[in-house]
Amino acid sequence: MPVANIQVSETPLVLYALRRADDALILGHRLSEWCGHAPMLEEDMALSNIALDLIGQARELYTYAAKAEGKDNDEDKLAYLRDVRQYRNLLLVEQPNGDFAQTLVRQFFYSAFADLYWRAMMASRDAALAAIAAKSEKESAYHLRHASEWIIRLGDGTAESHARAQAAIDHLWAFTGEMFAVDEGERALIHADIAIDPASLRGRWLTTLSGVVSEATLELPQTDWMQQGGRSGRHSEHLGHLLSELQSMQRTFPGQTW
Amino acid sequence: MYTQALNTAETDDRGLEDAAKAAQFQARIDAEERIEPNDWMPAAYRKTLTRQISQHAHSEIVGMLPEGNWITRAPSLRRKAALLAKVQDECGHGLYLYAAAETLGTSREELVDAMLAGKAKYSSIFNYPTLTWADIGTIGWLVDGAAIMNQIPLCRCSYGPYARAMIRVCKEESFHQRQGYEIMLTLCHGSDEQKAMAQDALNRWWWPVLMMFGPPDATSQHSDTSSKWKIKRFSNDELRQKFVDATVPQAQYLGLTIPDPGMVQDADGHWRYSEIDWTEFKQVLAGNGPCNRDRMAARRKAHDEGVWVRDAAAAYAAKRAQRRTAQAAE
Repeated sequence: MPVANIQVSETPLVLYALRRADDALILGHRLSEWCGHAPMLEEDMALSNIALDLIGQARELYTYAAKAEGKDNDEDKLAYLRDVRQYRNLLLVEQPNGDFAQTLVRQFFYSAFADLYWRAMMASRDAALAAIAAKSEKESAYHLRHASEWIIRLGDGTAESHARAQAAIDHLWAFTGEMFAVDEGERALIHADIAIDPASLRGRWLTTLSGVVSEATLELPQTDWMQQGGRSGRHSEHLGHLLSELQSMQRTFPGQTW
Repeated sequence: MYTQALNTAETDDRGLEDAAKAAQFQARIDAEERIEPNDWMPAAYRKTLTRQISQHAHSEIVGMLPEGNWITRAPSLRRKAALLAKVQDECGHGLYLYAAAETLGTSREELVDAMLAGKAKYSSIFNYPTLTWADIGTIGWLVDGAAIMNQIPLCRCSYGPYARAMIRVCKEESFHQRQGYEIMLTLCHGSDEQKAMAQDALNRWWWPVLMMFGPPDATSQHSDTSSKWKIKRFSNDELRQKFVDATVPQAQYLGLTIPDPGMVQDADGHWRYSEIDWTEFKQVLAGNGPCNRDRMAARRKAHDEGVWVRDAAAAYAAKRAQRRTAQAAE
């Protein structure tokens, strides 16, 4: 009998992979919403390309998580049969696309982190994670370049694009702190050299951001208050709607093969 | 700009279009030579091709919408990635085709503006809605299948840039067609509910797909000159029949029924289909299909909401060029 929501045994390693998989899937899904609706055909292509990379990363990470869990879950069960409270992604990636500036600022904040993160993860003692990292790092480097170029164009473009880019930065800034947070389970993986400490990346992340933002004649906010909760399933209201769309087929026709 | 640099002949055509040049041009076509952007060509040839290639480009771009409707709801991660990649390919086809049309002297912006103003056509098939997941399989199987039938002969079209674009487009379309058929195969091997979904999609798409080949030969306006210029090598009815003959056995293999009770196989093995409802075709072309207004509204919205982004990119490029000039002067 098909079940509504699967149960996942969230060991620290399973949870670790699941969190990164959810980041990639949710951000990939958001970007895929642009397909056919972007400001120019070249961006329909580019945003779809980035979405495809992220969905590819998600599939590898879900498969890894399912294997680490060792039950009968797989990439599709993990993606389609967990409810909003079971999703572990960053609040940043579930934020709606908004205008093009908001999408690109969200991507810029994330990719500037992901690029450093995957590069560092290539040294993981877990060979499978290191291999996923090696592939993801190459993709993230391109995602970061694409987003950075747009931040500069928008910031140093017209008065309107400047205002929109600055508004997006101000709006999304409070969702960036979560990228650097670590809980106890992750701390143990860091000690075992399976994971890396994201806090160690924060300085370089800020340097990347500052360089691009200043070339774009924009500013980073001075506020320190950061929203948290995604990693433990306390999401914004936006994620439920995204999931109801993402999962609609699996929920309407449970247990079928497509 | 590429287009303007290549095309100085547009205004010259009227003066130079004498009988000798036209005869020489036709001789090249008859000898199966490719016509290239800088070659002399009759103004009507240029106009016909600009219309056809740009309509083809618009079709690729509008065609992203019905399939894009399912990207966020694809039933598995593998299907989601494949569909997104497919719709991205359609966008790529639109881009090559606009580039091919630009070699004839009209810019992409002008071509797109004509489409958004409702002055240029796109394939009528994209004015039908995608209601279920089976529609995604059916579009790949039938709509892309019909497109391939139309486009394979265009790989030998007399105009070089169009012919070359078609070679790549056809390769990708053929991959999409197999992908669509594989979706149908999975549905037809699935539950009764899934099989019914597949049959329902076939029922809705079959006749509109046959209309994709255009009006019957007896009433088609463009075929004569297009054949003479080797833009079109087979008639609408010939291509339609080829498609039906190829598709019927595929439907039988799936265990689906073509929604044409009057269809019979003749002594030569051709599947003879019933009369097509051309009134529906004309209505859809006239803007009265189920989704014409939605499709145009979606394209206009993307275009209008993108203005500030394109303006920003242009403003930034201008500033950067200005800074470079200033630096060089120092």
